[in-house]
Amino acid sequence: MKKVLYKMPESLTGKEFTYCPGCYHGIIHRLVAEVIDELGIREKTLVVSPIGCSVFAYQFFNMDGTIAPHGRAPAVATGMKRARPDLYVFTYQGDGDLAAIGTAEIMHAANRGEKITTIFVNNAIYGMTGGQMAPTTLLGMKSTTTPYGRKAENDGYPMHMCEFLKEAKGVAYLARTKVNTPQDVEKTKKAIKKAFLAQVKGLGFGMVEVLSTCPTNWGIDPISAGKWLEENMVPEYPLGIFVDKVGDEE
Amino acid sequence: MEKVMVKGTEAIGEAAIRAGCRHFFGYPITPQSELPEYMAKRLPEVDGVFLQTESEVATVNMLYGAACTGKRVMTSTSSPGFSLMMEGVSYMACAKLPAVFVNVVRGGPGLGDIQPAQGDYWQATKGGGHGDYRLIVLAPSTVQEAVDLTVLAFDLADKYRTPALILADGLLGQMMEPVEFPEFRDLSTLPDHSDWALIGAKGREPHIVTSFDIDPYKLEKMNLELVEIYKKIEENEVRWEEYKTEDAEIIITAFGTIGRIAKSVVDMARKDGIKVGLFRPITVWPFPYKPLEELANKVDMFFDVEMNMGQMLEDVKLAVKDKRPIKFYSRMGGVVPTPTEILNALKEEIRR
Ligand SMILES: Cc1ncc(C[n+]2csc(CCOP(=O)(O)OP(=O)(O)O)c2C)c(N)n1
Ligand code: SF4
Repeated sequence: MKKVLYKMPESLTGKEFTYCPGCYHGIIHRLVAEVIDELGIREKTLVVSPIGCSVFAYQFFNMDGTIAPHGRAPAVATGMKRARPDLYVFTYQGDGDLAAIGTAEIMHAANRGEKITTIFVNNAIYGMTGGQMAPTTLLGMKSTTTPYGRKAENDGYPMHMCEFLKEAKGVAYLARTKVNTPQDVEKTKKAIKKAFLAQVKGLGFGMVEVLSTCPTNWGIDPISAGKWLEENMVPEYPLGIFVDKVGDEE
Repeated sequence: MEKVMVKGTEAIGEAAIRAGCRHFFGYPITPQSELPEYMAKRLPEVDGVFLQTESEVATVNMLYGAACTGKRVMTSTSSPGFSLMMEGVSYMACAKLPAVFVNVVRGGPGLGDIQPAQGDYWQATKGGGHGDYRLIVLAPSTVQEAVDLTVLAFDLADKYRTPALILADGLLGQMMEPVEFPEFRDLSTLPDHSDWALIGAKGREPHIVTSFDIDPYKLEKMNLELVEIYKKIEENEVRWEEYKTEDAEIIITAFGTIGRIAKSVVDMARKDGIKVGLFRPITVWPFPYKPLEELANKVDMFFDVEMNMGQMLEDVKLAVKDKRPIKFYSRMGGVVPTPTEILNALKEEIRR
């Protein structure tokens, strides 16, 4: 007898991803889709796509959706959730989107305990616009707008969003993960599930920050990108669960 | 229905609730904070949602999100706040999202002051946000009209799937007048928009609401769809008021609260034997070009009065073409002219 090991999650449309080879956006999309499938909430879920490489997320997720203006996804999601509390709403945002232009919106949505879920993809750079500095760019790291390397005195320090957000009382689940090994993929999926459960159970705001790659703008091949992430991003952005009010039962 | 004394801002809020609005997002700014305050008190009584946002930027995007679900949604603000909303307004216009905005205009530009002004006419009628879009812009001159136009704004926004704007000013917002409120709309009779709204893709292809297409040919198609909508609005929704224009030799053009002051000017001038009439656009977009042009064939002169540097004057000129002389009188910075001041200015123009 043949056994189906992998199939396209129902929560994905099957449209080919527009991401570069070696980019983790695709893996993260798939994990989100699998979680939504497993929770059985696809038909009641709205996706809010960001500005950035994942601007097309609404085409990949098989559910009703929109694109928010740059950084404003948490506000758009708030409006949706307040108008239809019976639906599930998630935002999918890059680091430029969430940690630069949209800092106020994410802080306040989290602090209000807005019952939404945020998938925060931190690749330490602006991907779509061609490799400019992000708030998450590492010190000394070169980007097109830090051609001599990021300097704290001029550009400030890398932003730690989980560390900022963990103080917000409205947060029900908050974790930082990565997806460069199979074990990490499993852990990330669990975290994403919990972030959604925080919403399903009406506990408050849930977010998972996933450390990700941008081989194209980092100017290295996909294998080296995974290594670079491990050696440089992980020490700066410690992995872990910062808030968990969801508990263990599922 | 009996008449009750209400303040402009509160009257607009109550009218919105009666029109079926149950979601209000807003950020305080003088001179309109009584409107969000009223909604904060009133909406929970009708199972509605009031949310004080962290900024006008967040406000407009919450409006965007709530409008995506097909519900009647509203915000109100004053000039600097509306400037902050411009990005979202452009997104909403392109995404074809119905919503009602209220801009209680104050003196500007910049931080300006908190007195009544009309300096946001261009922003309201010609853009303000980026790209090719229009808003339905309604300019009430009395509290009763503000009530009626608020209800109309929701209906037009729904009908044409476009944001609508009530362009008021501090005078109208703070003024108390007797008004008659419409009946409460039965929420089940409102358009549910289930053909496009984001309500969960159960048993059908997903609904996508965006202001985006990477393919220029497809984006052009979206643009052309908007053009079609705007054409229909221009054909069907032009509104204006004429007062004593039948035998008038001079026409005052004015909108909003200054239009109401101009009515007194008409009566005062007529007592002095000057045949003056008033033309007051109610929709400042779409602007009533045709009816104003028709008047140009009958009268000697136009006298445009505004509380700005002559923003509507450009539309008046487009309507009148070069058929008749157009004189202009204005006060700015939040200064409201008295009827006597306007009359004296008019007499001076006649003497010249
Ligand atoms: C208001 C506004 N400012 C700037 C931009 C241009 N822009 C598009 S994507 C982007 C950066 C996105 O970076 P990030 O969120 O890190 O996502 P990534 O592309 O890396 O996945 C910028 C600045 C825009 N679309 N809107
Ligand atoms: S530019 Fe970077 S972030 Fe964007 S798709 Fe390519 S690799 Fe991914």
